[in-house]
Amino acid sequence: MKEEIIVSGRMNQLIDPHLHIWHWQISLYLFLGGMAAGILAIAALYFIRGREKDYRTAVRITPFLAPVLLVLGLIALFIDLRHKLFFWQLYTNIKLQSPMSWGAWTLMVITPASFIWCALHIKDIFPDWDWKYKWIYNLDTFFNKYKKTLAWVMLIYAIILGIYTGILLSAFNARPLWNTSILGPLFLASGLSAGAAVTLLLSKDKAERKQFARIDLVLIGIELFLIIHLFMGFLASTQVQIEAANMFLGGPYTMSFWIFVVILGMLIPALLEIMELGKFHIPVLVPVTLVILGSLMLRFIIVYAGQVSRWLY
Amino acid sequence: MRYAMAVDTRKCVGCSDCVVACQTENDVPIGFCRDWVVEVMDGTYPQLEIEIRSERCNHCVNAPCVRCCPTGASHIVDGGIVLVEPGECIGCGACMASCPYDARYPHPSGYVDKCTFCFHRIKNGMSPACVEVCPTKCLYFGDLDDMNSDVSVVLKKRKSKTLIPEAGTDPQLYFLI
Repeated sequence: MKEEIIVSGRMNQLIDPHLHIWHWQISLYLFLGGMAAGILAIAALYFIRGREKDYRTAVRITPFLAPVLLVLGLIALFIDLRHKLFFWQLYTNIKLQSPMSWGAWTLMVITPASFIWCALHIKDIFPDWDWKYKWIYNLDTFFNKYKKTLAWVMLIYAIILGIYTGILLSAFNARPLWNTSILGPLFLASGLSAGAAVTLLLSKDKAERKQFARIDLVLIGIELFLIIHLFMGFLASTQVQIEAANMFLGGPYTMSFWIFVVILGMLIPALLEIMELGKFHIPVLVPVTLVILGSLMLRFIIVYAGQVSRWLY
Repeated sequence: MRYAMAVDTRKCVGCSDCVVACQTENDVPIGFCRDWVVEVMDGTYPQLEIEIRSERCNHCVNAPCVRCCPTGASHIVDGGIVLVEPGECIGCGACMASCPYDARYPHPSGYVDKCTFCFHRIKNGMSPACVEVCPTKCLYFGDLDDMNSDVSVVLKKRKSKTLIPEAGTDPQLYFLI
């Protein structure tokens, strides 16, 4: 029998007995950032493809949520920092090897871009909106002229943002559960799925609803595929990653992951969306809520479980 | 120059003097430690084997904490020592999540703190506090590029191992076995 103890009595706060440095703030931010990325990517993509008229809600209405989500996410991130007054250090450095630096700079681009996008469409929400000052009107005309460029910037940065929420975690090889490149695409798919779900909820147009139910279905399919690959990869990898996978295959996170993320967050909404595409009409609020909650749970479970997973030591 | 430390697991008795010396020398806040002593007991009585290790930051060559730090607060100085600049640290936790040895901790003031190999002492030609006080003289410190340094000599004479080398960090804390 092998027994390992720290005889000098180590109990560093937030580090021992296992790492628990990141809490709801990071999980919530990864979710909000991912959903905002999904909403903006879809809006920009359909605008660039000239489908604005067909998918009016996705291009002009749903993006109004993005700046709100991003600002809430930024607040959560700020709350998480322990040396808060030095946060500006993020913006005096560019560290290409640090995903968090990429994230900080991406947010610096996409947050203003999402505000501008909303400002350009403000009359869709408030028909009598008046900018009052001439210089704002000038800005409005300026950005309208370069709307396509703005859409491209938004599309590219939204995809970076969506992937980065996963890469942020997968860059840590010290935590075997996180250390898989599947996490980037998985979080991107999950964010896109949550973004598509919101449009499904907000849209009043039948054709658009049908399209977004279809998009969400495809994304859920991709997510399931990635989850299967995630576990296949783990089980074919080193001892530490086999143990990381076992936390979800019989270990402490089995129930929460498979019930809340996979069954309630993916399989049931997928079933309901298939019914929506067919003849049975269920209140669309149900699958949408399930998809969004599943997306949130995925972030929470991965963030918490990852900190428990570690190298044999 | 490449600073490194070797710990003789056969001489270490686990007295934890190194831990106390470090806490005193570096004003480590109460309840935290930059170094610690691990005791590994293997086998069943009477066939027992014991290994005692005084552990701390491994001052890795390929330090994941430095790679993941978004501001450059975690950096490597001359001699390969990994340090944190409190004035640049935002306390995001990325370095703590990236360390497979869990060698870092959040200082109550907000920034992240860790073993510095007593940088302020070795700059002035002294050895780290833990090495200085060790009653069994089981800690060896020095420059690996200098063939005559304590650590080079003992590493040439004895077999040694590092912790979790498979994590790809190239750790510079050696354990004599």
